[in-house]
Amino acid sequence: MRMSRYIMIGILFGITMYKTEAVSWFRIYEMFHFQSFHMYGIIFSAIALGVVVVQWIKRKHLKSSEGQEIKINDKDKHWPRYIFGGFIFGLGWALAGVCPGPMFVLMGSGYTVFIVFLLSAMTGTFVYGLLRKKLPH
Amino acid sequence: MVPDFLIQIKDFISQPWPWYVGGLMIVAIMFLLLYFGKEFGISANFRTMCAADGAGDMADFFKFDWQSQGWNLLVALGAVFGGYLAANYFASPDGNIAHVSDATIESLKGLGFNFENGEVPLVPEFYSWEALFTLKGLLVIVGGGFLVGFGARYAGGCTSGHAISGMSALQLGSLYAVIGFFAGGLFMTYILFPLIFN
Repeated sequence: MRMSRYIMIGILFGITMYKTEAVSWFRIYEMFHFQSFHMYGIIFSAIALGVVVVQWIKRKHLKSSEGQEIKINDKDKHWPRYIFGGFIFGLGWALAGVCPGPMFVLMGSGYTVFIVFLLSAMTGTFVYGLLRKKLPH
Repeated sequence: MVPDFLIQIKDFISQPWPWYVGGLMIVAIMFLLLYFGKEFGISANFRTMCAADGAGDMADFFKFDWQSQGWNLLVALGAVFGGYLAANYFASPDGNIAHVSDATIESLKGLGFNFENGEVPLVPEFYSWEALFTLKGLLVIVGGGFLVGFGARYAGGCTSGHAISGMSALQLGSLYAVIGFFAGGLFMTYILFPLIFN
């Protein structure tokens, strides 16, 4: 594993999230109030371009840097986990104003209190791990 | 001395970025990870971190080869560095503000927010250690973190894994997840915010 390339990708991601203001609680608030196109622009332009890129990868049978064909795994189609899990995630996203990526970015921007957020998120993931077999998926 | 063109590049990067630059960069990041044989999805790190702390003894969900996920922890670490660089070297010339719409500023005032000179800061004041001792700060940081961590793993991904990676690969499951994200976000914003912020 070459470590530096993943750190570089992370740095690019962090700068992007910060400079597009996707790390801003107020931008997320604005998005959920449909008061600006900004956040939708980021997400929808990424999806539109992403679909083209993924189709291109599939049709060209593009190989990864390791020399194997790039494989994109299909996700399971049972809806309950996506709707229920997604709803719970959405509650947290709107409340905290951050999703997992921006949380790491803000930690580096000087908002060290996000260490507590990270610990809470790990606790949430841990509790999910404990309850997983009892939850509808 | 620093050459002029480097200062020009720095000034160029320091402007607030428009949405299409954001979309382009995110896809570039997703493509690079695919090219390296990985998949873009930040919240998987929570599971890796739990497993690394020994959670595998308590639930099978955390019994996996977490060391193979080290690359993703490095992406998260890079995001921390990126946040540091952006805040310290590429700050916007007009200050650390969120360039939200006037309609947003008005509705925030209705929720009890006060802004000096009508400028909205990048982050709210309850992003602080002191705020952890208030009910609002505790709800946002601890409650929000728990919901994000629980929901992301239940749904099998977050904004990067589903809204970007999954939707780009035309996955029906990811579309359901994004519908869930927005349903939860709208419920929080319209039903619960008036109770929390007033």
